[in-house]
Amino acid sequence: MSVDLNLMGAKGAIADAAEGKWGMVIDQDLCTGCQACVAACAMENNLPFVGEEDAGYGRTMHWIRIERFWEGEYPEVAMSPYQPMLCQQCGQAPCEPVCPVFATPHSPSEQINLQVYNRCVGTRYCANNCPYQVRSFNWRDYHLDPAHANEVNGERVYPLHNQFNPDVTVRRRGIMEKCTFCIQRIHRTEDVAKSEGREVRDGEMVPACAQACPANAITFGRIDDEDSRVSQLARQSRGVKHLEELNTWPRITYLKEA
Amino acid sequence: MTLASRLFGRTARAETHDDEHDPRQHLMLDPKPRGEMNRMVMESMLTTSWKFWVVFGILSVLVAVCFFYAWGYMIAEGLGVAGVNRPAYWGIFLVNTVFWIGISHAGTFISAILRVFKTEYRRPFTRAAELMTTFGLVQAGASIFMHLGRVWLAYWLFPIPNVRQLWPNFHSPLMWDLLAITTYVLGSTMYLFLPLIPDLAMARDRSTGWRKTFFKVLALGFRGTEGEWTHLRTAMNIFAFAIIPVMFSVHTIVSWDFAMAMRPGWSSTVFGPYFVVGALHSGMGAVALVLFIMRGTMKHMTYFIRAEHFQAIGKLMLIISMVWAYFFFNDYLVQWYGGDKWTDLLLHWHESGPMGWMWLSMLILNVAVPWAILWNKAWRSTPWLLAIVGLLINIGMWFERYMIIPVTLSINRMPFTWRLYFPRIEILLTIGTFSMFLLFYMLASRLIPLIPVWEVQEGQMAHTLRKVGRTTVPSVSEME
Repeated sequence: MSVDLNLMGAKGAIADAAEGKWGMVIDQDLCTGCQACVAACAMENNLPFVGEEDAGYGRTMHWIRIERFWEGEYPEVAMSPYQPMLCQQCGQAPCEPVCPVFATPHSPSEQINLQVYNRCVGTRYCANNCPYQVRSFNWRDYHLDPAHANEVNGERVYPLHNQFNPDVTVRRRGIMEKCTFCIQRIHRTEDVAKSEGREVRDGEMVPACAQACPANAITFGRIDDEDSRVSQLARQSRGVKHLEELNTWPRITYLKEA
Repeated sequence: MTLASRLFGRTARAETHDDEHDPRQHLMLDPKPRGEMNRMVMESMLTTSWKFWVVFGILSVLVAVCFFYAWGYMIAEGLGVAGVNRPAYWGIFLVNTVFWIGISHAGTFISAILRVFKTEYRRPFTRAAELMTTFGLVQAGASIFMHLGRVWLAYWLFPIPNVRQLWPNFHSPLMWDLLAITTYVLGSTMYLFLPLIPDLAMARDRSTGWRKTFFKVLALGFRGTEGEWTHLRTAMNIFAFAIIPVMFSVHTIVSWDFAMAMRPGWSSTVFGPYFVVGALHSGMGAVALVLFIMRGTMKHMTYFIRAEHFQAIGKLMLIISMVWAYFFFNDYLVQWYGGDKWTDLLLHWHESGPMGWMWLSMLILNVAVPWAILWNKAWRSTPWLLAIVGLLINIGMWFERYMIIPVTLSINRMPFTWRLYFPRIEILLTIGTFSMFLLFYMLASRLIPLIPVWEVQEGQMAHTLRKVGRTTVPSVSEME
């Protein structure tokens, strides 16, 4: 289906179709907090290393992060389960309407929130309005940081550029970015399935974080398919959605600790 | 009493015998011949001491370094050189934007609202206030563009037809904001220009050299015929009425940038009027400050700007301070009573967090100081005292915007990301915008008559002293 975002009431149209296509289940009971998903996401999506100083000042650029919380005073410290936090790909996303240049549109075909890097002018309104605080901003040209370069014949050579994923844009300074559900992988999987004349099989499409998770805590799949593994897991009584009361229609279900 | 009379000089003594005071202490009842007044205004514009050029030079250097160099460096390096982070994605740039838009409100308030209501004491300083509107908006606009991550693409915010049919998002409060501010800049600049025309024509007839050409071009060939005055009055009337709703809408829409967002502490329906009143609060303070500086530094200004004007502005400041306190209380009470978990955390963060000192000084500077000083007629008639109160109110209002933007942003619904905001290059750029504002103002004081002479003369013609029996009664006739 297609929605013309320029029409008034487009937001309502999206909400009608917001049942979603792709979704995720994260089992907090299985998560060990190993950060493999964080590293895999950074490799897959060309996330930069921001350096010690900026990271310490709250400028880490991770599309997924592992949140840890403690309760009580030492030595009686109770730790809450690890909470991987990433873009919830809201059906009614607060980040979308506030962008003055349409850099955060809703994808009608994929039913996820897109970020158009080329269009972004960096007002950072979307990040302010994101209740999950999962957007990251390119404060500098991190991929051109001289700290990562070698001098070869008077020119800077960046060895880390060799590990860039060619399917993903490298972002420059002044641009907002966020989790895309590895949309490049979604498109590749759909293309393969199309060329073989079939539907995408359940479990065929795996985002980088889910692929790297050693405990299999992350499950990805079609939530419009009732028989898919992700739908079955999400229906459990352990399933919760974060900040559901804000009517954001998140696509990620968290399975509480049993 | 002796201390008070020494501090406040003649004013205190004059006010103690209010009944028998000299009517000539009012500008409207102390007329001067037209030729002499024109000469005085021309002299105030043309007499420039070496001190002016010293301050001018310092400000130019500050603008060059703190505005242009610092901004250029930030554009080249990225916003990393500023202090914004997650979760405080918005920092001092937007604090300054809201602050300057607030300053710009006083111009329209004094000029348009007081003109519409035919308040007589407005006459000598409408222009000074209108100039603040225009120059304040310039700084507000500059601050918005500083805030952008990719400012070189800022034209994408404007609805410019393009081959890809990309259009700005009119659902975004930032878009409304941009349109409102653009409307306000255009409207207030025209509103500044219209009452300036007769004075430009006056200056044209009394200058030589390049100034003559300058005034000749700007005066649009105004000769002062009956028809020209009729057209001018009609135009000014239209603009005075039209700019008032624009003024209210601009700051309401600025407040919507925050109120529309899904943030604890921001999502408040009272933000519209609260911001408008806050804008007037800082704007009136700034007017008092500017009038004090004008009076102290420019020639013949003690004739035009008198204790009665400071007295009237002080009265307005007191009322606005009370209204601001009411809206502040309203905003906090409603949010606190709602009992939302995150809002509750945020309110405690405001009062007792690391920025609690700022929250407290905001209340002291915005409420306690004006209430303690402005209730007294002798005190609020004292120019230097009113200027200090104005300065303190402006500091307090800047603090208020700082509390609303970066301090509120550092708390959200994801406790894992909570973090304080520390300004870095924003400090330089703030100095840069303030210097640029002052520089523009100083430049304008040399180029255009800061006193609307025709308005003062018109007022003086309308006011007469009549003898009724043994007493003298001031009387006013309707001119407009």
